[in-house]
This record gives sequence, C-alpha cells and structure tokens, in this order.
Amino acid sequence: MELAAGSILYLDGVSVSFDGFKALNDLSFTVAPGEMRAIIGPNGAGKTTMMDVVTGKTRPDTGDVLFKGDCDLTRLDEAQIAQLGIGRKFQKPSVYEKLTVTENISLALSGDRSVYASLFWRISPAQQIRVEHILEIIRLTPQRDMIAARLSHGQKQWLEIGMLLAQDPKLLLVDEPVAGMTDAETAATAELLKSIAGEHSVVVVEHDMAFVRELDVKVTVLHEGSVLSEGSLDHVSADQRVIEVYLGR
Amino acid sequence: MITWRLLSSARGVAITTLVILVATVLVPALHLLTPSNSALHIPAHVMALFGKYLCFAMLALSIDLIWGFCGILSLGHGAFFALGGYGMGMYLMRQIGTRGVYGNAELPDFMVFLNWNELPWYWYGFDQFWFAALMVLLVPGLLAFLFGLLAFRSRVSGVYLSIITQALTFALMLAFFRNDMGFGGNNGLTDFKDILGFNLQSGSTRAALFAVSCLALAASLLTCLFITRSRLGTVMTAIRDAESRTRFLGYRVEAFKLFAFTLSACIAGLAGALYVPQVGIINPSEFAPANSIEAVIWAAIGGRGTLFGPIIGAIVVNFGKSWFTSVLPDIWLFALGGLFLAVTLFLPQGLAGLFKMRARKPVVPPIPAAQPEAAE
Ligand SMILES: Nc1ncnc2c1ncn2[C@@H]1O[C@H](COP(=O)(O)OP(=O)(O)OP(=O)(O)O)[C@@H](O)[C@H]1O
Ligand SMILES: [Mg+2]
Repeated sequence: MELAAGSILYLDGVSVSFDGFKALNDLSFTVAPGEMRAIIGPNGAGKTTMMDVVTGKTRPDTGDVLFKGDCDLTRLDEAQIAQLGIGRKFQKPSVYEKLTVTENISLALSGDRSVYASLFWRISPAQQIRVEHILEIIRLTPQRDMIAARLSHGQKQWLEIGMLLAQDPKLLLVDEPVAGMTDAETAATAELLKSIAGEHSVVVVEHDMAFVRELDVKVTVLHEGSVLSEGSLDHVSADQRVIEVYLGR
Repeated sequence: MITWRLLSSARGVAITTLVILVATVLVPALHLLTPSNSALHIPAHVMALFGKYLCFAMLALSIDLIWGFCGILSLGHGAFFALGGYGMGMYLMRQIGTRGVYGNAELPDFMVFLNWNELPWYWYGFDQFWFAALMVLLVPGLLAFLFGLLAFRSRVSGVYLSIITQALTFALMLAFFRNDMGFGGNNGLTDFKDILGFNLQSGSTRAALFAVSCLALAASLLTCLFITRSRLGTVMTAIRDAESRTRFLGYRVEAFKLFAFTLSACIAGLAGALYVPQVGIINPSEFAPANSIEAVIWAAIGGRGTLFGPIIGAIVVNFGKSWFTSVLPDIWLFALGGLFLAVTLFLPQGLAGLFKMRARKPVVPPIPAAQPEAAE
C-alpha cells in the first residue's frame, strides 16, 4: 500500500476472468500524478479490459484499484467514478450521433450532474468561452452545429477527445485515439495529448508505434493480462520477451 | 440540423397549444351559448367524446416523454391512467351519499351488497376533493417511482422492461377484478352523481370538465416541452441513444430515468382522473394490457419524440375508432393495423413528420466543410 500513496492510479494484483478466460491476470502498475503513460500490447492483451475495470464497467475478481492513493474504485459505479474525475475515450468512437458537435461538448462540461441542476442549467459565459476554446483545439469550429453522425471517423475521435477536455478530469484514459487518422492528424493528436499531460494524468492505449514514439513517455507492455515489461520505448523494444510476443511478429 | 429539428418541434408544440387553448373557450361556448337546433351547436355527447380524446392525448404525451425522449418503452402506462381514474372514481362514489340504491351515507352500494360494515381504511379521505386530487397524482407517481427504482437500479431496460410493465398492468387488472379488493370488482365504480357539488349530467359541468381537460393537456405539453428543451432533456436523449456512454460522463442514468418515468406516470394519472367523470365509469378493463399497447400505437402514429405528434395521433386514431365502430365496426382493427403499417412504412416520423416536411424548406442545412484528408 505504500506504493499507492502519492499515485493517481494504482492497480495491484487485478484479475478479471470471463467464463474462465483470464482477460487480466494479476495486473499491477502505478501512474503518478501528472504523468502520461502509454500502454501497448497485442490484440486481446487486456488493455481495454483494464480501462473497463478502472472506470467501473467491469468488476475485478480480485485486486485493488485505487484512485489518488486511497479511493477504492471497485466499490463505485461508472457515474460515481466519472464524477471523481476519471474520463474515458472509447476504442470505438462514442459520440452522440444525433446531437450536434456543440451539444456533445456541452453535455460533457464539468459541473453538477443532478437531475434538478440539469433542469435549470444554463450555459455560463465562462463555459461558453470554454466550449469555443475546445472547439478550436479539436479543430471543429466550422462543424459546430453539424450533427456528429456526419463527421468523419477522425473528427469523431477528436470530438470525443474534446468531450474529455470538457469533462476536465484529473485522469484521462484514452483508448486508441489515432485509429483511422492520417499521419498529420496522428502527429497533431500526439501534440494535443502531450499538452494535456502535466495538469492531468493520461493513460493512452495505442497500437501505432510512431505515435507512441512521438509521445515519448514511459511505456507499459501488457501481454495476456499482465505487465510484461515497463520503461522507455527503447528499453521495452530491446526487451527480448517483448520482441517475442509483440514487436517481433 | 438539430436546431432545425428542435425549432420545428417547438413550432408544432406552439401551434398545438394554441389550438387547444382556442378549443378550451370555443367548444364550451358553442355548447352552452348556441341553441340546440343551431348548426354551430356542439351537443353534450360530442363534447364528452372529445373530452375523452383529450385524456387519451395526455396519456400518449406521457408515453412520448419517456419513450420518444428517454428510450423507455412502457407497455403498461394504462395502469397509471387507470389508477388516476380510480382515485377520481372513489371521490365521485363518496359524493353519491344517500342517493345510492341502498341509501347508505357512508358506504358505496357495492360494499353494502358485499355486507361490509365499514369503509376500508384506504377509502378514508376520498370524500374530500383535495385529497382525491392529490392521490390521482401521488398514487401513480409513487407506484412508478418504486417500480422504476427497482427496475432502473438493476438496469433492466429494453424489451425486458417493456415486458415487466405489461406484467404490472396485468397484475393490477387481476387484482382490481377481485371483489374483496374493495374497488367494486368487475363492475368498477359508476353511477356518479356530482363533482364538487355540480351535477355531472348538466351541460355546464360537462363544459367545465372539457375546458379543464384542455388546460391540463396544454399544461402537460408545455411542461414536457420545458423539460425536453433543458439540459435534462439532452441527457434523456443521450440516455436513449447511448445509455452506457452517458454513465461514463458522470450522469446517474437511473436517476434521470426515474424522474422521467415518475413524471410521466403522474401525467397519465391526471389524464385518467379527468377521463372518469367524462365517461361516467371506471372498471378493471382499463388496466387491460391491450389498452396500454394501443396508447403506444397512438404515440407511434403521431410521431414519437415530437410531443405534439402523439397528441394528434391519439385524437386522430380515437376519432377514427369512434367513427368506424359506429359505421363499419368489423373493419376497425384492420383500419388501425393498416394505418400503423402505412405510417411505419411511409412516415417514419409519424403524422408529425408531415408537418415537419413543410416546415423544413426555409432552413438551409449546414454545409460540411470539406475534409478530404480526414478520410479513413
Ligand atoms: N465482456 C467480455 N466477455 C468475454 N470476453 C471478453 C469480454 N471483454 C473482453 N473479453 C476478452 O478479453 C480479452 C482482452 O480483451 P481486451 O478488449 O481488453 O483486449 P485489448 O488489449 O483491448 O485488445 P485490442 O487491442 O484488440 O483492443 C480478449 O480475449 C477478449 O476477447
Ligand atoms: Mg482494446
């Protein structure tokens, strides 16, 4: 538990099995406040399942999942965890297709999420400015009144990142943010995520090695539900076991 | 696009409200102020018939609030309608007093007939109008709240939820059929005499009931409009389209569903309460599962998710039903089925869609900025 103190996210001995198949197997790792961490690993390594466990979608069979060192996430549901300040971008872009770009973002804006507060909610001038700002960051200002269904795949990815920004979480879990993006967009996304880190902690799952290299942060390699290797990208790339299961294929 | 959608929906609601408010004044006036041989005269039975349609319209509206905006398909909303109806029926029974067949000031006839000696506790207070008025909202609301609490917290949704709402209304129907429940068994409650001291058969009382039904419908419609246009409404839509996603944004989905479901049940209860004095009877057949399904069909034909569509749907379908059952009674079910099919195939947005198509033209759809490099 000493390790947990001072961390933003702490996983220890987490196991999850689906019908006997161990998607996570005694998984342990720690993310420090303000840190950005890249998670890589072959298909089915358990990366998305790890995010499901942290965000309350899946309950672990065993193990501890602590936020900020003392908050036990395994006892909370999705909404409570989100309200604590953990935001998530899904592997498959999950925006509200029938709402406009602006509506998607303002729905995510941080604030009181009770039924009563929602009934009388009016966007404040400060929030208005924030929405404008986010629209600019994600380069969707011209599409602000377009329904999300009409955006391209890459634009939906960005919109979802914009929703994450609007939520203003302390910890961001970002699952494959650059899937379906061009090289230029990928580079821009790396820039964006790097600018977020520091103030926020970010965990990024990604297959795209060029992108991970661009991020230039500590990398955790998952394999069959547990950590195979950890360190700089150069360090893990040189690790013989990693080469065997992942990079060498 | 969505702004256009909201605008046209709001316009539809505005026009519908206006029509209802005109009817509030005009129909009672034409009934009371014109001689019965005049071409403009509206006879009492026609006014009562349309008063009934207004109550059905409220029921359809309450279904649209949860189904069209929050994705909760209740196939048991007739239960809340009937409970509201029974609440009002109990008040009207107590008003009969010594004018019943047995002349018992305390007990309704059916209780005397069953050799009961005293009023069951749950009939206490129903001799007071204010109490009954409170109960027609509270009882359906409370039942919906408890039901929703259990169902939404254990994340029952979709078809499973629809099925248990059917089971709910079916169970209530069986219960209310029993004589020992104390609600008049299969005869239900009837032979009402007066309401608040006014004779239910008199033209002015009927006119007043019609006007009150209009006002209640308009008020419910505007309440629903306010809710659906607030952020709460956006959250409801978000839940409808991507329930799980909405949880990860930090919204307690079950709380939002519970609010919508409970409010919807209160509107249905109020509709039932206004229905009973106008038709003069409430019996357990109002709980029949088929009634609830029919009400969903009204909403679907009118256009779900538009608020005003289901009102039009309820009135059009029920008007058609009255007409067919008097002229071609055998054809009615085929006509309803045919209408439902036609609307589903050709008017995906229901009758309200006709209205929107005309409202669409002046608004220029936003042109997407070309983003060729963003292709996958
Ligand atoms: N709900 C579930 N039920 C059964 N099996 C599941 C479930 N969710 C995940 N799995 C299995 O668990 C394993 C890990 O899945 P997970 O989605 O976490 O992998 P991943 O590392 O995100 O892979 P990818 O790179 O393909 O996204 C997979 O074999 C998957 O089939
Ligand atoms: Mg995955």
